[in-house]
Amino acid sequence: MATLEIRDLHVTVADKEILKGVNLTVKAGETHAIMGPNGSGKSTLAYAIAGHPKYTVTSGSVTLDGEDVLAMEVDERARAGLFLAMQYPVEVPGVSVSNFMRTAVTAVRGEAPKLRLFSKELKERMAELQMDPAFAQRSVNEGFSGGEKKRHEILQLEMLQPKIAVLDETDSGLDVDALKVVSEGVNRFSAAGETGVLLITHYTRILRYVKPDFVHVFADGHIVAAGGPELADELEAEGYEKYTKAGV
Amino acid sequence: MGLDVKPVSTLSEKASYDVADFAVPTGREEEWRFTPLNRLRGLHDGTAVGDGKVVVEVNADPEVRVESVGRGDPRVGSGYTPTDRISAQAYSSFTTATVITVPREASVERPITVRLRGESAEQAAYGHLTVIVEAFGSATLVLDHTGSATYADNVEFVIGEQASLKVLSLQEWRDDTVHVSHQHAHLAKDASFRGFNVTLGGDLVRIRPSVSYHGQGGDAELYGVYFVDAGQHLEHRLLADHSVPNCRSRVDYRGALQGEEAHTVWIGDVVIRAEAEGTDTYELNRNLVLTDGTRVDSVPNLEILTGEVAGAGHASASGRLDDQQLFYLQARGIPAAEAKRMVVRGFLGQLVQQIEVEEVRERVEAAIDVELAK
Repeated sequence: MATLEIRDLHVTVADKEILKGVNLTVKAGETHAIMGPNGSGKSTLAYAIAGHPKYTVTSGSVTLDGEDVLAMEVDERARAGLFLAMQYPVEVPGVSVSNFMRTAVTAVRGEAPKLRLFSKELKERMAELQMDPAFAQRSVNEGFSGGEKKRHEILQLEMLQPKIAVLDETDSGLDVDALKVVSEGVNRFSAAGETGVLLITHYTRILRYVKPDFVHVFADGHIVAAGGPELADELEAEGYEKYTKAGV
Repeated sequence: MGLDVKPVSTLSEKASYDVADFAVPTGREEEWRFTPLNRLRGLHDGTAVGDGKVVVEVNADPEVRVESVGRGDPRVGSGYTPTDRISAQAYSSFTTATVITVPREASVERPITVRLRGESAEQAAYGHLTVIVEAFGSATLVLDHTGSATYADNVEFVIGEQASLKVLSLQEWRDDTVHVSHQHAHLAKDASFRGFNVTLGGDLVRIRPSVSYHGQGGDAELYGVYFVDAGQHLEHRLLADHSVPNCRSRVDYRGALQGEEAHTVWIGDVVIRAEAEGTDTYELNRNLVLTDGTRVDSVPNLEILTGEVAGAGHASASGRLDDQQLFYLQARGIPAAEAKRMVVRGFLGQLVQQIEVEEVRERVEAAIDVELAK
């Protein structure tokens, strides 16, 4: 059973402390929602887990099934079973989605998939996400709309089948139809295996489609409240005010 | 523009077949200031005696006429008059020219290949190639430069009315080679030309692709990719001279650099003369810097002498490999070195994919992979 364990994590960006002691455990089979106001450090947590070079871990630990994630390179983390669906997916001109996916799948699975099986799988998963098959030949994220980029992130999630997926504001900028399609993708991923999901969001809207087992409220660089799905309902009704004022 | 810098429109004003009409460059001239003259082995100052050899072999379908001619042949020099010292030196020094003619209305399917193989870099050689595509004809030409040489040449493409020529020029010289070349396309009414340079090998390679229009409706696309390694100087100097109305030009050159003293120069000159109303032009140069110690000189010059243009623009961007792109690929499990290869391949590949001759495209892709593995 996969377990992502974050202990007292402190992270700085350009010498400014953004994460101030985060504690969180995500186990396979669980869906956690991290909710919080803008600027609370939610995305920093996501990037720090993935290993973005801009973020410096000053203390604390992150382990996946006991392995030290912080000691791994970015690509090693992905191969170990971590996935970050990005809020702002990057354009890679001249690299086709199909080539990119096949290279990533080969790296993560440790062997090149048979071309025919791979093409079939990619085509099916794209159809489930209501992506035009022509996207396979387009350059990664180049000229994609906001919704297309997010579908493409979920496509990667489903193709790579990580142990723990971190979704960084995957719901932002999506219309209701796209939100449903993307949520179905996340639910398919959760249902397909022993996997954990850490859903980072500003809004409760996506939680109508992706049901969390645990809800954490994030403010000022750490978790300030935790509970079940009912906490999301409370946030929906009352907003973040009470948490951002706490401690002032 | 400084006092000593001439406007683009005057660059080809001085044109002569006689080397004596050009002073020996000192390196202070605008057109020579980026080129390390001391590495030209005397091609620029008359000391390089043409006793070396670059073997030329042409392979073409029977409908294409291939001839070796002497200096006096009237077709030689019919499309281009040298505009600088080395070009004139080459013109004054070659002994045999190759003339390739695609007859009127002939549509040549199979690419014409011209293999130019240098036998030694020790001795200099001079060459001349004239390619004539008569009215309504169409063809694809591959110029394949390999081996070791100290070589200066002029290549002229004379393209008739509504004729079309696509040229792929591969510079896959060995690392001891110096090559200075002028490639000029002379376009008649409604003629189209696509030139594609792939420059990978050589110690110093300086190519001047240029286009002149002699009737309305001319269309020129000038593409190039290059990969510069430690110590190499690879220079491309483009000129699109719009002197008649309603013609089009597109320039897109992209390169990657790695290693100490890897130096690339890209000069993109476009002039739209007063009479060239309705001109549509765009030029672009992009460079991807992979390591420290490299040098990029990228200078677009757009000179517009009429207010009536359909479109005119230029862009130049040189930068390091994008960390965000590398992070994105690595975050999907792709190791750093492979991520870097993918980004560079993608960057150059957008142009490489436009090479229509499959065999050549695959060869170029493989050659870029070899460069990336260095």
